[in-house]
Amino acid sequence: MAHQIYPAIADGILDGGVYALMAVGLTLIFGVLDIINVAQGILVVIGGYLSYVLSAHLHIDLFLGLAITIPAMFVLGLVIHTLVIRPLRGAERTSMSLLACFAVAIIAEGTLYWIFGSNVVTLSASYVRASIKVAGFYISDIYLYCFALALVAVTAIYLLLYRTRFGRAVRATMQDRTAARLVGIDVDRVAALTFGIGVAVTAAGGMAYGATSGGFTPNSGYDLISRLLAIIILGGLGSIGGALIAAIFMITVESLVDIWSPNWAVVVFYAALVIVLTVRPAGLFGRREVRAQ
Amino acid sequence: MRPHRSHRAHRVPFIGLGVAAVALAAGCSSGTPSSGGGGGSSGGGSKPPLVIGASLSLTGDFSADGQAYQKGYEFWAAQVNQRGGILGRKVQLKILNDNSSTTQVVTNYQTLISSDHVALTFGPFSSLLTAPAAAVAHRYGYAFVEGAGGAASVFSQQLNNVFDVSLPVANELDPFIAWIKSLPAAQRPATAAFPMANDPFATPQVQRTQGQLQPLGVRAAYSRVFPEEVADYKAPADDVAASKAQAVVLGSTDVPTVSAFMTAFEQQHYNPKIFVAAAGPDQGSAFTSAVGAKNANGMMVPDAWYPGSTNKLSQTMVQAYVARYGGSASNINADIAEAYSVGEVVDQAVTHLGAVDNAKLISYLHSGATLQSVQGPVRFNPLGENLVATAYIFQWQNGSFVQVLPANDPGSVKILYPKPDWAG
Repeated sequence: MAHQIYPAIADGILDGGVYALMAVGLTLIFGVLDIINVAQGILVVIGGYLSYVLSAHLHIDLFLGLAITIPAMFVLGLVIHTLVIRPLRGAERTSMSLLACFAVAIIAEGTLYWIFGSNVVTLSASYVRASIKVAGFYISDIYLYCFALALVAVTAIYLLLYRTRFGRAVRATMQDRTAARLVGIDVDRVAALTFGIGVAVTAAGGMAYGATSGGFTPNSGYDLISRLLAIIILGGLGSIGGALIAAIFMITVESLVDIWSPNWAVVVFYAALVIVLTVRPAGLFGRREVRAQ
Repeated sequence: MRPHRSHRAHRVPFIGLGVAAVALAAGCSSGTPSSGGGGGSSGGGSKPPLVIGASLSLTGDFSADGQAYQKGYEFWAAQVNQRGGILGRKVQLKILNDNSSTTQVVTNYQTLISSDHVALTFGPFSSLLTAPAAAVAHRYGYAFVEGAGGAASVFSQQLNNVFDVSLPVANELDPFIAWIKSLPAAQRPATAAFPMANDPFATPQVQRTQGQLQPLGVRAAYSRVFPEEVADYKAPADDVAASKAQAVVLGSTDVPTVSAFMTAFEQQHYNPKIFVAAAGPDQGSAFTSAVGAKNANGMMVPDAWYPGSTNKLSQTMVQAYVARYGGSASNINADIAEAYSVGEVVDQAVTHLGAVDNAKLISYLHSGATLQSVQGPVRFNPLGENLVATAYIFQWQNGSFVQVLPANDPGSVKILYPKPDWAG
């Protein structure tokens, strides 16, 4: 059994990195804007399609292509915020944002169908199918690279939040929007930039998802969003590091249970969420703790 | 080609978003009106058009198949209308979009029957949508001829109005089973893995294969059902690789599932001697572009139709299709042939009856009459299964998609066994 357990743990940790890449944008946006961006799944897919266009048509390496797709997704995030999120005001803002983001998801899905059709798209590169042998079992190169990318992304966002003037403004906005506005912070600008950053990092998540899944279509976002939501809730809404740790924890648990029963693995994924929230209602790194940092 | 005839369970992510969100989704993505008939969307002559209603998954999980079915229905209608229609009435299709939803498909058929008063109904795509839709048609006394609801879950309802013109899904791998049986014991795989998606299309045929192979001494090194609605399949694929089974019978429903398993196998340096997947490799360039043309070598898949079929009706359809839409025969999806077969069967039955009467149509289809379709002969048992449909196994061989089983079929070429190693 050990010959299955150790690879399952390794798979879970590395695959958790891929999910973290997809989830950090979601939790960052919630932390600042108090909205749950249910369009995150389709944004991941858009990121995947952008990587596909660069890779398949312009022969740009998947990781090098991020230098183009990340800024492109940042701009897309700004556009979505300006047109959809920013106009929402008043007491119903949070609930209305759910509908608004859902509408964004539907429009984006339709647009992707219109542009790319319904055929499956895959991201390919020499390292996607390659693997290295470690302690008697194989670890795939693409998962190693994506895990490293996840660490870089989380570190970069952490440094942005805790080592820059903009980060202070973001954290002030996370703690109290009204107080932040009173001390001269342009809260709307902070929100717009944060939304843009949250969407931008999804470009990396989309590339990782596209390269590690068997392929994707415009419809693939729906399979992702429930897992991403579970991850950021477990990690603590608004916590960047929490998203990484929660992703690794949940995917590893799922991977281990999968040895005995793939069907139960999915159940355990969400059961783990319920159990942890019972003990820590705010998640592993809940909002209160994050905002107190 | 036919990617799958089944259905992912639900779009679960938005359960918590509230009634308003669901209403928005329904409003945005369902009920898309579509009049079909290709060139025959309006009535001709003095007789009123024959309006046939169908719900198809034009968006959502099954949009690829649903759109192919729409094309198949519309192509059939156009061909029929070129010949003057059915009983002198031009066929007019009314197609609604169910967004791959088991709820919306019920609403659509209720609308088609009780509000639009269509004369006849054609089935939707996938077994999971067919089952609830057939119940609605049954309630109103409508015959429900379909081509993509071949799972046991459809027939277990024992509705007398359901008629599936295609091969029952449980029997899809029968030629593969027969081939393994025909091999000398020393050449049979000693072990096999049976991973299968939790899906009414995928599971029955793999379970049947496992049940048939085990008495032959083929030990099940892995047999698990995995959920279909997950974003990746690496964990079960790695478990199969760890089993080191000599054969893999994968209960897949689409290209991404097969692609994920193939990639994981290659990463694990595991290459089974036999790899047959329930669906995915039949999708032509969509499959080879996903997995790499060289990696496809040796991959097998069951199907009931392919563009090179020697069936005369099929050849005629293929010629007409290419003449109408351009491209080549290899571009014609098996979904289109299935949908076309639905129209052919209804056309022949209604023409035989000389009237559009659902009760008489149901009775006639149960009479044991043999009808002809591009997929081959059609004769229904009391449950509505097509008893005389033929199953084939196809295999990728050096970039070509060829028929390999049944071995004694004139259209079959020699099977590539053992499967070549991954090309990288």
